[in-house]
Amino acid sequence: MLKVTIDNQTIEVEEGTTILQAARLIGGAVVPPAMCYYSKLKDSGGKCRTCLVKVAQGSARDPRPMPKLVASCRTPVADGMVVQNITSQEVIDTRKAIVEFLLINHPLDCPVCDQAGECDLQNLSYENGREESRFEESKRTFKVIDIGDKIQLHMNRCILCYRCVYTADQLTNKRSHGILYRGDVSEISTYIQNDITNDFSGNIIDVCPVGALTDKTFRFKNRVWFLNPMNAHRSCTKCSGKVTAWMRGDEVYRVTGRKDQFGEVEEFICNECRFEKKDKEDWVIEGPRNIKRASVISQNHYLNARKPSVIIPLENRTESLEEYAKENSNENKIS
Amino acid sequence: MERKILLKNVDVPGIRTFEVYRSTGGYDSVEKALKKMTPDEVVEEVKMSGLRGRGGAGFPAGMKWSFIDKKSGNPRYLICNADESEPGTFKDRYLMEKLPHLLIEGMICSCYALGANTGYIYVRGEYKYIIGILNQAILEAYEKGFLGKNILGTAFNLDIHVHSGAGAYICGEETAQIESLEGKRGNPRIKPPFPAVVGLYGCPTVVNNVETLANIGFIVNNGGGEYAKYGVGKSTGTKLISACGNINNPGVYEIELGLSVREFLYDPKYCGGVKNGKELKAVIAGGSSVPILPASLILKTAAGEERLMTYESLADGGFVSGTMLGSGGFIVYDEDACIVRNTWNLARFYHHESCGQCSPCREGTGWMESVLHRIENGHGRTKDIDLLVSIASKIEGNTICPLGDAAAWPIASAIRHFRHEFEEHVLHPEKCINSTIRQFDDVTIS
Repeated sequence: MLKVTIDNQTIEVEEGTTILQAARLIGGAVVPPAMCYYSKLKDSGGKCRTCLVKVAQGSARDPRPMPKLVASCRTPVADGMVVQNITSQEVIDTRKAIVEFLLINHPLDCPVCDQAGECDLQNLSYENGREESRFEESKRTFKVIDIGDKIQLHMNRCILCYRCVYTADQLTNKRSHGILYRGDVSEISTYIQNDITNDFSGNIIDVCPVGALTDKTFRFKNRVWFLNPMNAHRSCTKCSGKVTAWMRGDEVYRVTGRKDQFGEVEEFICNECRFEKKDKEDWVIEGPRNIKRASVISQNHYLNARKPSVIIPLENRTESLEEYAKENSNENKIS
Repeated sequence: MERKILLKNVDVPGIRTFEVYRSTGGYDSVEKALKKMTPDEVVEEVKMSGLRGRGGAGFPAGMKWSFIDKKSGNPRYLICNADESEPGTFKDRYLMEKLPHLLIEGMICSCYALGANTGYIYVRGEYKYIIGILNQAILEAYEKGFLGKNILGTAFNLDIHVHSGAGAYICGEETAQIESLEGKRGNPRIKPPFPAVVGLYGCPTVVNNVETLANIGFIVNNGGGEYAKYGVGKSTGTKLISACGNINNPGVYEIELGLSVREFLYDPKYCGGVKNGKELKAVIAGGSSVPILPASLILKTAAGEERLMTYESLADGGFVSGTMLGSGGFIVYDEDACIVRNTWNLARFYHHESCGQCSPCREGTGWMESVLHRIENGHGRTKDIDLLVSIASKIEGNTICPLGDAAAWPIASAIRHFRHEFEEHVLHPEKCINSTIRQFDDVTIS
């Protein structure tokens, strides 16, 4: 086991763990944001540079700091490593700059974007972005393209995280999706407009951190914060059938994979579950999903919401730690 | 007295053919290495020589070789990086065109030292005619038994393949080159793992510059100690410098490291001074990606010492008042050159060549180019200059590969040393000393 300290919190992890994974084990504010890394996709990560952290001490054996900020998603931990994320001003400044870079060619059309409300880039810029833009030139533009009959590509919104490319490459047996051109005019594409016809192609929508890949069966139908995400399942021959059904009343508006607290799907689901089963009768509804209190999706859905209580010092506390944590947790069930 | 290692026999007629090259002592090192030395002895000699990578970073070549993973049992590869795409650098082209056998000789010795049985020469796509020259030389080496199976009757086998790039600057980065050789998109890989452990086809790989490999023959023949007698301090040996710009004698020169910049610039044997008797304004000393230096700092360091053509002396003063030897592309600007226009031109190049994989470089290079384009065309504002500095500082060090640094350094250094000129461009664009050649303003690249 290797001992690593991230923002003054120490944890023991197995060899081969990356800094980001170790931070996720600690949880909370020390987790660096990740726009391109996806733990379920091999080789993903290292590209967006939002997860850059400072390694103040390389390891116990070699305590020198690393000369540059490193991508936490691709840097394995060493024993005795000391990492600074939000405790380093350099990291915070750099992250702010990276958000600015990501936004300069992003159309900022959140009011008409289906991803709004569950968009990683929105959250990232809310947390780390600047208030005003320094970019005055015209942005790059592309035409909207259909990838198959169920998926639409808005290349303008893409931040080139390559997640969909790895998904198409690793989840399907025939690669029909990749990157064309170079630099800031590069674009993701199914070469010469080939359809993606694989049964699991719909997962590229779930892995997309922005609104570049959207579900045509859900397009403009509703806003995510008007919907209630429900855990649901059905018996499916292709996938596990465990999904999140986004409902309003008795209507299923869309179906996605179940996303964990880091925005990654727990299991990839098939296109049949995603695009074709839009009837309440198709699904066994298990109950509402846990949604972060900070998320806009949770608005107006909380029952018995109360102000967070004053932090009581441990020795004066009457309730047990579990009860205290439960009452003050920022994750609440949605009604 | 000037001493040469690489270009000693460059003027011998017919040196490109095997027979003439062999008669001047060529391929002696192969015989010596294969028959009298063990691979580790060759590596030791190269370490002792102090030879540093000639592609730009100046990393000690022997050290790089010693990192190669020999435990895994996987085949090892040597890649010769001939994707010379840095603006202002054209030394490898000259070397391969004139002395193809020198490179092949060096590669055979290097492959023997590394235990590699396959070598690749990754040639820049624009150097099409050189591929023919190299292939001809390789064919001759095969015929004479210096390549192929059981070279010179020993148990050592080696094949060398020439591979053409398709004109991407980024494929000069070693991991992008490996990806490209594998037939993939030329995106740099994220390090670690380093190529010495996981390189071409997942096997241990060493990537060396043409000029680095061309030096190996001399080192094997004469020993690393003899090589270390050339040059000064940690900058041993000689270096090919490709001089261009506003000078009397542009061309490729082999200099012994330690020559003073003043002598290189003004001696008739080398650059021969600034053209048309004009004043020197600035020099980019090591290819377009190293910081530009004004005349006052290129000839003497900030401490007032004479600046020499060595890795250390050129880097004296860090990036505040120094630069780098880089790949040896020596670009000279006279008093009439417009630094803003030149900087914009470089920014345009890096914008065009960014692979687009990581966000700071993909978005930042384009942004810097458009801001510079605005300033150059008379639409700039004073705050744009600070904006450029800010963007450059946020790209630098935060990207996957060094292209981000290479794009940021020239812009940051141009503003550092020529800020007044940028301000002049913002306030009085019509007064640009270069306004006569501004008819090309509308040229844009897609």
